[in-house]
Amino acid sequence: MRFLLIEDNPKLAGVVVERLQLDGHAVDHAGTLSDATDLTAVADYDLILLDIMLPDGDGRDFLERQRQAEKRTPVIVITARSAVSDRVGLLDLGADDYIVKPFDFSELEARVRAVLRRQGGAADNTLTFAGTTLDSTKGELRFDGQVIALRNRELRLLEVFFAAPGHVFSKTHLIDRLFSLSDEASENAIEVYVGRLRKRLEGSGARIETVRGLGYRMVAR
Amino acid sequence: MNGPGSIRKRLFIQLALVAAVLSLAFFLVVRGVAERAAERTQDDILSASATAIADSLRSEDGHVTLDLPYSALSMLGSINEDRVFYRVVSQGKTLTGYPDLPQPDVPPRLGAPGVETLTYRGDEIRAVSVTRPVGTGANATLVVVTVAQTRQGLAAISRQITATATGIGAGFFLLATALSLWAAGSALAPITRITGSVTRRGPTDLRPVQANAPDELVPLINALNSFMSRLRSSLSRTEDFITEAAHRVRTPLATVRAQAEITHRKLNKPEHKQAIREMIRAIDESSRSAGQMLDHAMVTFRADSLAQDALDLRAIMAETCDRLGPTADLKDIAIRREIGTEPVAFTGDGILLQAALQNILDNAIKYSPDDSDITARVAIYDNITLSFTDQGRGFGETDLSDLTTRYTRGANVGDIVGSGLGLTIADEVAKAHGGRLDISPNKNGAGACVSLIFPRA
Repeated sequence: MRFLLIEDNPKLAGVVVERLQLDGHAVDHAGTLSDATDLTAVADYDLILLDIMLPDGDGRDFLERQRQAEKRTPVIVITARSAVSDRVGLLDLGADDYIVKPFDFSELEARVRAVLRRQGGAADNTLTFAGTTLDSTKGELRFDGQVIALRNRELRLLEVFFAAPGHVFSKTHLIDRLFSLSDEASENAIEVYVGRLRKRLEGSGARIETVRGLGYRMVAR
Repeated sequence: MNGPGSIRKRLFIQLALVAAVLSLAFFLVVRGVAERAAERTQDDILSASATAIADSLRSEDGHVTLDLPYSALSMLGSINEDRVFYRVVSQGKTLTGYPDLPQPDVPPRLGAPGVETLTYRGDEIRAVSVTRPVGTGANATLVVVTVAQTRQGLAAISRQITATATGIGAGFFLLATALSLWAAGSALAPITRITGSVTRRGPTDLRPVQANAPDELVPLINALNSFMSRLRSSLSRTEDFITEAAHRVRTPLATVRAQAEITHRKLNKPEHKQAIREMIRAIDESSRSAGQMLDHAMVTFRADSLAQDALDLRAIMAETCDRLGPTADLKDIAIRREIGTEPVAFTGDGILLQAALQNILDNAIKYSPDDSDITARVAIYDNITLSFTDQGRGFGETDLSDLTTRYTRGANVGDIVGSGLGLTIADEVAKAHGGRLDISPNKNGAGACVSLIFPRA
């Protein structure tokens, strides 16, 4: 997916870009509203992440201009203000959602997914392996004309496997992807989820294989 | 009269006192004038009668003779049942009449009748005496004619006049009192109107008062408006400060957190990963506490003068579920909605209600195990109940009434990040709307049911 990040703090912008790239997204960064306006004029984004306090103005003005210009690109506002009263106005201005600093990337991902799903899945966000298609936005697995709805953690785990079929992922790596960092999770939990995924993939061209002592990988059946 | 109290009451009492004094003066004047007029009438008749008797005095051969004219006394008799006395005295000798009827010691001057009020035979009488020379030249004798009458008629007239004057005075007093009640009310009407227009305002409405005020109230309105503008600028300064402070603190925190997440991914040793996790938990805890403290401050501020907006509680409930859906999703928690399809009308402050519901649902998600359900329910019976039922660890042995106390958390929270303000916020919002917060165990298994219960509008 292609993101536009509008954030004036270079350090925060740097790590957010790095983190989103780790998940395989393309991210452009604008430090000011005028840069952002230039970028939106030439490129199409699946989603805009917008900070409110910017050196050349208020992010809310940018949001209003976008909506007045009938640009429907979903916007998630990154705000430092957490009180409910501050957030209500953002949604009225046309923001699709907001996230409060400091934020958890898995929560940001979940919100992005929810926003894109609400938009009707305009962004093509599918991965295919061995005749099996994973639709991240809709949270679905499709093969042989079947559509299987996935729960959030099943989806996130499958995303890891679909991004690199044949690659062996350690339990620790999978735990990191699956649980929020403020949660405690045991390695046993991964076995539970892998078990579920195997059930989901039954009848498809793909399967998840245990690599003794190393972890798991997805291979064609 | 200078102390505080009701201006209306003071104004009314003062006006009523003035009315009472005026009524009393009116009563005294009317009675005085009327009685004097009645007395004057009696005096005139008495002196006419005395003059008529004096006119019929004749001098014959040096003797004074009197042919008492009947009319002289009949004109008196017609007044009332009053008794009439007369006495004609010539040179110390009573010619006719009642010899014991007193006469003035000094005979009145010629042409000017003397008038006295006396007591005679147990009754008060009014006596008029006239001096008349009878005869001619040096032989003329001075005759004193006295005609008197009891005063029962006059007393009756006086009583009648008093009664009438009392009636008129009382009527005047009552009318004036009623008018002063109205006057006090209408004089104070602008104050009532302005008070009303200020009271009806929402908690954040600090626009100047635009009332059409009488001249006397203009300084007060100006003072109020200048106070409001100072309050507004002070509030906006505070708000700017909070925004700026939040931005300056939370942006670096976000940087640190994001950097920590990336580092966590790259690290391999479990003890290093554990250290990063601890760091992230600390960041999350401080950010959450700061958020709840701001929410709590806002609740305290807005609850003081509660906004009266027309709301749909079902929509607010749905919005809350929408907002926290992705958060619940991360733990594979499903939010089941049993909130019906009909709008649930309610009057109150939407922002406060949203803050309360978000805090309750956020708590429920935080304390729920993975792969569980949270049920959001809107139920309408005698009252409106908005509840979230989870399958979490419940509240254990904690005294439930303590949970709404600031910074108090359940006895079994373990190591879950929290500040203990969430339920306090919900409780204060419920109370501000005349409702209450209810915490009970989940009837269908483990977990708790936290409800906001409001009276039906």
